[in-house]
Amino acid sequence: MDLKTRGEPPSADELAAVDAVLGAAPDRDLHDVTGGHSLRNRRHLLLPALHAVNDRVGWISQRAIDYIAERLDASPAEIYGVASFYALFSLTERPAHQVHVCVDLACRANGGPAEGDLPAGAHASPCLGACERAPAAFVIDAGATPSQAVAGHVTAVQVRQWSDGDGPDPEAAPAAAVPQAGDRSLVLLARVGRGDPLDLDGYIADGGFRALAKARELGPVGVIAAVDASGLTGRGGAAFPTGRKWEAVRSQPATPHYLVCNADESEPGTFKDRVLIENDPYALIEAMTIAALATDCAYGYIYLRGEYPRAFATLLHALTTSRDRGLLGGETGFDIAVVKGAGAYICGEETAIFNSIEGYRGEPRNKPPFPFEVGLFGQPTVVNNVETLINIPSIVLDGRPANRRLFCLSGAVKVPGVYETELGLTLGELIELAGGLRDGSELQAVLLGGAAGGFAGPADLDLVLDQDSTRAAGLTLGSGVVMVHDQSVDLIDQLTRIAAFFRDESCGQCVPCRVGTVRQEEAIERLAAGASTGDLDLLRDIGQAMKDASICGLGQTAHNAIETAIVRLGVFS
Amino acid sequence: MSRSTTPSHDAESTVTLSIDGTDVSVPEGTTLLDACGGKGCGIPTLCYGDTITPKNACRVCMVEVEGSRVLVPSCSRQAEQGMVVRTRSQRVDHARKMVLEFLGSSVDLSLTDHITEWNAEYGADPGRYGADAQTVAQPVKIDNDLYVRDYAKCILCYQCVDACGEQWQNSFVIDIAGRGFAAHVSTENDVPLPDSACVYCGNCIQVCPTGALMFKTEHDMREAGSWQPDHQTTTDTICAFCGVGCNLTLHVQDNTIVKVSSPPDSPITHGNLCIKGRFGFQHAQNRPDET
Repeated sequence: MDLKTRGEPPSADELAAVDAVLGAAPDRDLHDVTGGHSLRNRRHLLLPALHAVNDRVGWISQRAIDYIAERLDASPAEIYGVASFYALFSLTERPAHQVHVCVDLACRANGGPAEGDLPAGAHASPCLGACERAPAAFVIDAGATPSQAVAGHVTAVQVRQWSDGDGPDPEAAPAAAVPQAGDRSLVLLARVGRGDPLDLDGYIADGGFRALAKARELGPVGVIAAVDASGLTGRGGAAFPTGRKWEAVRSQPATPHYLVCNADESEPGTFKDRVLIENDPYALIEAMTIAALATDCAYGYIYLRGEYPRAFATLLHALTTSRDRGLLGGETGFDIAVVKGAGAYICGEETAIFNSIEGYRGEPRNKPPFPFEVGLFGQPTVVNNVETLINIPSIVLDGRPANRRLFCLSGAVKVPGVYETELGLTLGELIELAGGLRDGSELQAVLLGGAAGGFAGPADLDLVLDQDSTRAAGLTLGSGVVMVHDQSVDLIDQLTRIAAFFRDESCGQCVPCRVGTVRQEEAIERLAAGASTGDLDLLRDIGQAMKDASICGLGQTAHNAIETAIVRLGVFS
Repeated sequence: MSRSTTPSHDAESTVTLSIDGTDVSVPEGTTLLDACGGKGCGIPTLCYGDTITPKNACRVCMVEVEGSRVLVPSCSRQAEQGMVVRTRSQRVDHARKMVLEFLGSSVDLSLTDHITEWNAEYGADPGRYGADAQTVAQPVKIDNDLYVRDYAKCILCYQCVDACGEQWQNSFVIDIAGRGFAAHVSTENDVPLPDSACVYCGNCIQVCPTGALMFKTEHDMREAGSWQPDHQTTTDTICAFCGVGCNLTLHVQDNTIVKVSSPPDSPITHGNLCIKGRFGFQHAQNRPDET
């Protein structure tokens, strides 16, 4: 490939930002020396390099793209294609101070603004994963020391002030998102509020890394047998048996194997993974180390969504201190890197995550081949969700059954937050656990599983919240979203937002999803305006095609919630 | 993950599968589309090209495989021992019809082969989305003398991107930019082609299935109303510019070369040419009496 750039050098800030990720430019032309292979082998640094420029300057200019292109021997068109994929990057000049206001489901239901109601200078954002404090906002200041802050219980006045340049106060302590904190029956959330999440000594004193020691005794086969016996299934939404996934990777002859922790939690209404990372980061590191031991991985990635600044800082601290203590890296034979997403729901899809980490557009890959055979960098790869991994230490240590789950309660309950329960609770009991409905509230609907999930109604309070019962009812637990809507919520407005969400977040690769999500939104808007019922038939047709013919789970589930609202709740009839 | 990972070791390395009730044996690695007879076998294809590994992005070639929760793209999915495939079913026909409607209602398919017949076969009615349905309509990009880019006709089959990039030319001048319905083929920051790394091989034009990429000669003649495919002949010849010996197909109207392609099945070119073979034909028709 012959690179053609415009020859305009990067600004001092752009240069510093890129060099901070890629190192100073060598004084000889490596392309001539090596044919560019040594440059292209660092393509996975593209996303961090783009982040660096965007964080430092506030946007990504053509000359910055050209400079990155020269450093990575990648074409400027490809880099432009990657940069333009992510919502948090700007390719046009903009102020360093940016306010992203959540206009998604939980925030809307809690009095947050709709897209059209935002003041000048504020961006509409999809769910920010701060639903326990809805409505939420995300304020970014680019610069040499960039700052990013998430704010909850945001008022319209604050949004205006922040849009004019101010920023929010520091967040409440991470444990505030867990109303059950301190309850001695908790397993997955046991450590929340019990110690300082940033204190490695405290973690070790509290029994940390004992599970890893046990795992070393058990060996890979023993660990996988324990995980299998626990019945643990993936908690990201797809519910695939974890033990089977691990065994499939362990037995692959090709090396190296990779471990990816999927922390791109972007399903509207989901915030459990953020809460786990912010409260118990060392447990995730221990769990990943055990997973790596069981599946013979030398390297792990945590792919964290870009809107979680505190979780990011917490993870970096935990990784650094673990490395310093000899628990990671070096002779342990296993290390972990954090890769920050940049505003793309689709990157939570298990193969899109590979493309994103590798420095390509976050488009899902066709399956087969499946990740256990051909995954990250073309190698056998385990992908596990944060909650799935957090289950591991106690399973390995105590041989307990995997019968506990986290639920993200938001909306019209008295005490929203992340709740841990034993499986078998009914929907009504879970709502009671969250303090019941707010005073004066009457239950209208519950969104289970997020925008890719479905709506339950007041008649479903006895629904048992486990995989089989929800599936039998045509619903899903998905990522554990339980968004409770009372009579004040306009369900048609929620459906309009769900349709807009999928239209925004479709990667655009396949026709059924790229065009189907647009046609779905158009039909919903016509129905919301009171137009003909012929659109109900049209919606069914669109939904069926997206479900049957889309490449990945995004398109395949983009009609689910809308379908359940129409069929189960009779919206539009 | 139910897929067997053990390669088959039977004598011919063939697999036997059932296609619409008939047992078919094909070499291991054969796609379902090829097992069904390949392009033109009756399964519609759009993003599938003669010389590019398909991206399976259009999803019009979907078939039903027993045991699979969703339909599978026949252009990419490999045949497996014991597979039970249905190339027509209510679900298959519905998916094809909707893909045809989705594209027909958003993209100008007037130069895409077979669209009218497939719309009739699957009962597709792109008009039912109403006059307000969003489209990708936009002005034609004319920024050089050799070819134009009419992205109002683009179905995002990825073939031009792959032909420009790693599958053929290794120029990487264009990629998909943006996301969702706004995804589009673009140079960096949408710079005009003369400012990009484009080498004008025209291999993107060769693979474009919808006429979105077109010789400027053809575009100008279509605009002038003088493009007459019925009055065109083709002549296969060998490019005279260098010693490689690329096969050329000259498309001639009224004794004038109007465009050049290369046979996709040519073992020398696989349909690819360079700027000279693709566009350097004017000297052949600079006749003395016209100077």
